[in-house]
Amino acid sequence: MAAISKSQSRRQFLLDMAKTACGVGMFGLGLGLYSKQARALPPAAIRPPGALPEPDFQGACIRCGMCVRDCPYDILNLAKPEDDLATGTPYFVARKIPCEMCEDIPCVKACPTGALDHKLTDINKAKMGLAALVDQETCLNFLGLRCDVCYRVCPVIDKAITLERVHNFRTDKHTMFLPTVHSEHCTGCGKCEHACVLEVAAIKIFPVQLAKGALGKHYQMGWEEKKKAGQSLVAPEIKHQYNLPEGFEYEQGRGLVPGGSSEAAPSPAAPGAQPGIPQALHGDKL
Amino acid sequence: MELTRREFVKLSAVAATATAAGVTVPGAQAALAVAGDSGIRWDKGVCRFCGTGCGVLVGTKDGRVVATQGDPDAPVNKGLNCIKGYFLSKIMYGKDRLTQPMLRMKGGKYDKNGEFAPISWDQAFDIMAEKCKTTLKAKGPKGIGMFGSGQWTVWEGYAAAKLMKAGFRSNNIDPNARHCMASAVAGFMRTFGIDEPMGCYDDLEHADAFVLWGANMAEMHPILWSRLTDRRLTGKGVQVAVLSTFSHRSTELSDIELIFKPQSDLAILNFICNYIIQNNAVNEDFVKKNVNFKKGVTDIGYGLRPNHPLEQVANNNGYPGADGKPKGNPGKADPMTFDEFKAFVSEYTVEKASEISGVSKDKLLELAKIYADPKKKVVSYWTMGFNQHTRGTWVNNMIYNVHLLVGKISEPGNGPFSLTGQPSACGTAREVGTFAHRLPADMEVTNPKHREATEKIWKLPPGAIPDWVGSHAVKQSRDLKDGNINFYWTQSTNNMQAGPNINGEIYPGWRNPANFVVVTDPYPTVSAVSADLMLPAAMWMEKEGAFGNAERRTQFWRQQVKAPGESRSDLWQLMEFAKRFKMEEVWPAELLDKAPEYKGKTMYDVLYANGEVNKFPLTELKKVNEHGIKNYTNDESEYFGYYVQKGLFEEYAQFGRGHGHDLADFDSYHKSRGMRWPVVDNKETLWRFREGYDSYVKKGEGVKFYGKPDGKAVIFALPYQPAAEQPDNEYDLWLCTGRVLEHWHTGSMTRRVPELYKAVPDAWVYMNPEDAKKRGLKRGDKVKVISRRGEITTLVETRGRNKPPVGLVFVPFFDEHRLVNKLTLDATCPISKETDFKKCAAKIVKA
Repeated sequence: MAAISKSQSRRQFLLDMAKTACGVGMFGLGLGLYSKQARALPPAAIRPPGALPEPDFQGACIRCGMCVRDCPYDILNLAKPEDDLATGTPYFVARKIPCEMCEDIPCVKACPTGALDHKLTDINKAKMGLAALVDQETCLNFLGLRCDVCYRVCPVIDKAITLERVHNFRTDKHTMFLPTVHSEHCTGCGKCEHACVLEVAAIKIFPVQLAKGALGKHYQMGWEEKKKAGQSLVAPEIKHQYNLPEGFEYEQGRGLVPGGSSEAAPSPAAPGAQPGIPQALHGDKL
Repeated sequence: MELTRREFVKLSAVAATATAAGVTVPGAQAALAVAGDSGIRWDKGVCRFCGTGCGVLVGTKDGRVVATQGDPDAPVNKGLNCIKGYFLSKIMYGKDRLTQPMLRMKGGKYDKNGEFAPISWDQAFDIMAEKCKTTLKAKGPKGIGMFGSGQWTVWEGYAAAKLMKAGFRSNNIDPNARHCMASAVAGFMRTFGIDEPMGCYDDLEHADAFVLWGANMAEMHPILWSRLTDRRLTGKGVQVAVLSTFSHRSTELSDIELIFKPQSDLAILNFICNYIIQNNAVNEDFVKKNVNFKKGVTDIGYGLRPNHPLEQVANNNGYPGADGKPKGNPGKADPMTFDEFKAFVSEYTVEKASEISGVSKDKLLELAKIYADPKKKVVSYWTMGFNQHTRGTWVNNMIYNVHLLVGKISEPGNGPFSLTGQPSACGTAREVGTFAHRLPADMEVTNPKHREATEKIWKLPPGAIPDWVGSHAVKQSRDLKDGNINFYWTQSTNNMQAGPNINGEIYPGWRNPANFVVVTDPYPTVSAVSADLMLPAAMWMEKEGAFGNAERRTQFWRQQVKAPGESRSDLWQLMEFAKRFKMEEVWPAELLDKAPEYKGKTMYDVLYANGEVNKFPLTELKKVNEHGIKNYTNDESEYFGYYVQKGLFEEYAQFGRGHGHDLADFDSYHKSRGMRWPVVDNKETLWRFREGYDSYVKKGEGVKFYGKPDGKAVIFALPYQPAAEQPDNEYDLWLCTGRVLEHWHTGSMTRRVPELYKAVPDAWVYMNPEDAKKRGLKRGDKVKVISRRGEITTLVETRGRNKPPVGLVFVPFFDEHRLVNKLTLDATCPISKETDFKKCAAKIVKA
């Protein structure tokens, strides 16, 4: 089984690579350049906080190793010749050991050239990469279990990773807590990937440009825009009135609701499910 | 196209390698083999960890548990598990399992200061019996002690209680549930006269509001939390209120978050009662018919040593006074009227409650309205925030006050529900009666009728069971230190890490040269290495077992695999040890004269080979379990020659049948995913004390709290009182301890699962960023956390799952390298004797 899936994924990977390569080729960038970049920074290698964009970083980094020396947690490595990235440049691999996000960012302070940008003074603003929950098939929380280890180890918990609650239709009694990464707050520290209890992590850190999608500029999220504006973007709205049987009210947006005026109002749904109807009486039997 | 296919392949290989860098996959092959292999035998089991009691299916192959799955047919969890449950199959296979008895020796002989060396079981029992007999001769039964567990199986707890109380005639046996559920027990007994919750987990689907009082369910009862969350998510207008002394993963979901000053829950509860009364929300019919009012004594001390200044001035702590007589009784209460109760709580206005608790008036009112609204069904949940409290019994009584005043109890979606910490705190520690003051089925050693009933079932002569209350957990530590207990045996627990005030009270007692300490455990825990003799234990699926969860559900499993090496179950150890004693060595001649047939017999003969426990022949094993495992047998039965577990269970079940604690017959449990007692005429009980749901309530009675002679529950008038130790100028922080989702208690199992260890390797001290700043600290700094009793070195955490308010720090207790219980104070609730692990004073300095 392992052999089959391996060869499948290998085939898929080759196919994907070919597709990408064709795309790249169409833009005339040339595959030689593409392969060079891929060697320059493999996806699992993460630059320290504040690193300039990769080409600039490689230009600015003088391979002095000061950042590595000053990392209090011995997280950073200098690439060796046999490693697949520019020799002598600093990096870390989240699954092995993630960034501890020091408040004083000693690695950046140590950088003599600004390859690690000294403008980064708040570690929460670092963008070393971006976490992505890449495998929903194996993520335990997507299966309904209560792991959420990635969420609890997140240093920016409840911002960079939240647990989105979804009803578990299989058990019909439980909620699934789906770990959801928010790129605005994720620093790419890698704690989530490191702590993922699976044999192969379901959540991983990627370079931002690999992990992040982009909405078309022709569409905006109405609910977000309304929140931002603090009001409807289009106003006013007339007061609506409706033809209704006695005892019912209808509210724009909310829909049909039984009114409080009539006790005998027939309930359109299960008793107790609607506000306005007593949900509990003492001693009632279910 | 410059790139050849070969280069493509090379590139992708590099990328794949880089992606996989750092990923270790030990066991990956084994897991895959499992998935594709049909040679696995599946059988039902129960999770080993918390009191939720999730059902699991256990897969064995070639004598090894190779996989587990959440049991999709288990009503508790429907196939789900938390992250500890996900790793159940790994907990038995830590590399450092104990496989032989190990004794401290020098020159081939026992020496208190010797090095651990392997010995045989015979040698182990030789030295144990020698030390035990010497102690019995010198000090009598009060000189020996046993500390057990809410993680014992039902029959292990039963066999242990019988060994100590009937065999050795010593009530110095207590379970670690004393640290965990004792306040809940005392609360139940005082208010209802019968232990354990009236409701069940189905309340989760019926309530309109949930109030958490000192329970971080999101981490500590993860699967129940996903059920509660689902009700919040899918029910209209369902509210969740969370009370805690710091923000955590449960407050994150809450509609109302109430962060209160430690100990002020007492004031908040009285305020709610006052609010209910002032706003005419009392359910008068219910109260008139079902409730008595009592005023408790208040000057009860803090369960500290009698020479502590706080105990010297307490006049109702029950300790010997100057005249040698006990100073009052902390549990005493006198009848009062509703009007007197009304007057008593009237001083707890919203203003006063807000001032004491630090919670805004708005939030307090919002909370009170949840209880007062007659249309709202509400379930209150609590765990260690209530129980580990120097007023733990009171605070349990006081949540019942609230529910009783409004009559929201004993019906679907309405009720107070005490969540259990351990997998069988209910089933074993409580129901079996392994507490120092208890006997099976809620009976007590101080009650002559209860002793008589027990002696009858156990076939003992009158007077066999001692009438004195034995030493509870904290008292046992003190007794060891003071040299009053000289022989001590602990099983399935790790008190050297989990008990309070390790430096001051526990360690000196264990290392006291006068004492011999035996620890039974699967792993070399902090306790095991602090003992004189370690006995290797079979664990979980290596023995046949039964647990009772928080909703009164008794669940069984069959032995699936053999224990490694010479490991033996706690049960085997207890029973085999009993063979080492002739009755003449443990009972006085007068007593033995009353049962001359026991003369010359061993304790094993009298307690276990007594015609009841050994009633079921080995053929029963196959008969009862054939549907589960072909030709089933288990190690204890094979060894002793009869179906040990069935015999113990059926003898034990005699205690509860017909007395409100009815258990079904043994065989049924092996064919079911648990049943909720009382099981009468094969019918389970979902909600107790209410007609229709509970067969003990007769037609026309409506509600009957039949644990009390008059069928009425008690509302107690009890005040707010401060904690035993509070922050001051020097020790300027509250220290609270507790658990994390990833680790079970002291981590002896979960820290041996590499993935869980990696997820949370160390216990850091959670503190408010402002508190850190004030002390010149930043996240990750090495600090000393210091109390009057000790210090630990750890790192500062200002981010993450727990967000303490200014003035409070939280340290989990799972980390054996940072024993936070060196710092905690051994103050207990004077009634329940449960330690307050949530409140003491500490300071933090840079290390």
